[in-house]
Amino acid sequence: MPQIDQIAATYGSQIFWLLLTFGITFFVIGLGMFPKIQGTVDARDKRIADDLEAARTANVTADELEESYRVKMENDRSDAQALVEASKAKANAAAEKRKAKSNADIAAKVAAAEADIKARAGEALKEIETVSAEVAQDMVAKISGAKVTKAAALKETKAALKHG
Amino acid sequence: MATEEGKIDPMYQFEVQTIFEGFSLGGQQIALTNSAVWMMVSVIALWAFMLGGMKRELVPGRWQMMVEGFTGFIDNMMDANIGPAGRKYAPYVFSLFMFILFSNVLGLLPVGVLGLHPFTVTSHLTVTGVLAILSFSIVLIVGFAKHKLHFFSLFIPDGTPLPMIPFIFIVELLSFLVRPFSLALRLFVAMTAGHILLKVLAGFVINSSNAGAGYGVLVGIPSFALMIGISALELLVAVVQAYVFALLTSLYINDAENLH
Repeated sequence: MPQIDQIAATYGSQIFWLLLTFGITFFVIGLGMFPKIQGTVDARDKRIADDLEAARTANVTADELEESYRVKMENDRSDAQALVEASKAKANAAAEKRKAKSNADIAAKVAAAEADIKARAGEALKEIETVSAEVAQDMVAKISGAKVTKAAALKETKAALKHG
Repeated sequence: MATEEGKIDPMYQFEVQTIFEGFSLGGQQIALTNSAVWMMVSVIALWAFMLGGMKRELVPGRWQMMVEGFTGFIDNMMDANIGPAGRKYAPYVFSLFMFILFSNVLGLLPVGVLGLHPFTVTSHLTVTGVLAILSFSIVLIVGFAKHKLHFFSLFIPDGTPLPMIPFIFIVELLSFLVRPFSLALRLFVAMTAGHILLKVLAGFVINSSNAGAGYGVLVGIPSFALMIGISALELLVAVVQAYVFALLTSLYINDAENLH
């Protein structure tokens, strides 16, 4: 096995070159490059953690905004509802008032018309009585030749009309 | 693979060859060897890989994602095994993991096709031994610096009955002292065994084909099919061994950092 056969002759150079090359590895790569790469990775990890944190904060803010928006929406809706309710009541009251006024007007008109009708009916009746009395007076004069006063004829006619 | 008189040596791949004589240091010749070149290749490949992850973009591209996957993997491992205190050891464990991983995987690359000589740095006991001793030293230094002599209580688990303490102490001390050896041997053996197996099977393919078309079909093709499977397995082993080395190092550091 050359590793052991040659050990006495080569250990000096083997150890020398190994210490030299491994020393370079340790000082240049281990101490020079390795921490820089570690730093890059750490910086990236920190950046990712920070970004995640920022995203979480933004999410919370968005949730709060949404909540406040929802509350405001709810309030606005109930305000609008109240407004609608109030105007409806107001409109109803106005309509009611107008209706009552119209009813009163109509009733007054009807009453006036009825009174007119009654008056005219009375007049017509009086006319009929007068005409009837004259007719009766004439009829009596023609048939019996007796003269009946206008007043008597009217009285009789009225009585007859009353009995129908 | 050296072919001497038609013989294929599966161990040849582990031979350290001198490319450039270099200099002498304390009686030892410090030569530029193929092993040293592959270590440098590992470091350069690792550096190039990491450079792709240095764009530091907020939204990473594919390459940056890949690099961050590795760093995140080690970060998670340190966090899971040591806790918040583990972050300061992450650069060391990361370097260890990536260096072993790149050496393991580069050693598996079929660069022999291009005429190059593949060499797995981590299949050498010297290399894995040094890495294991480094990890073990960190455990010792951290342990004694943080807990002083109280660190020895690591060898006495909670709730040990008084008469058992001497025995348990010795057993635990031994298991503690064996750690660097097991750490070094595990990686060395795993890498060596896999590479020998692949070279032996490749030798079967070549030798049986040389012996005739019939042998080639009968032995060579099944061996080749097996090599494909074992190559996939070796790739897995390369990753798993790097992971195990890093994981055990982090567990041992945890013992020192968070003494029970």
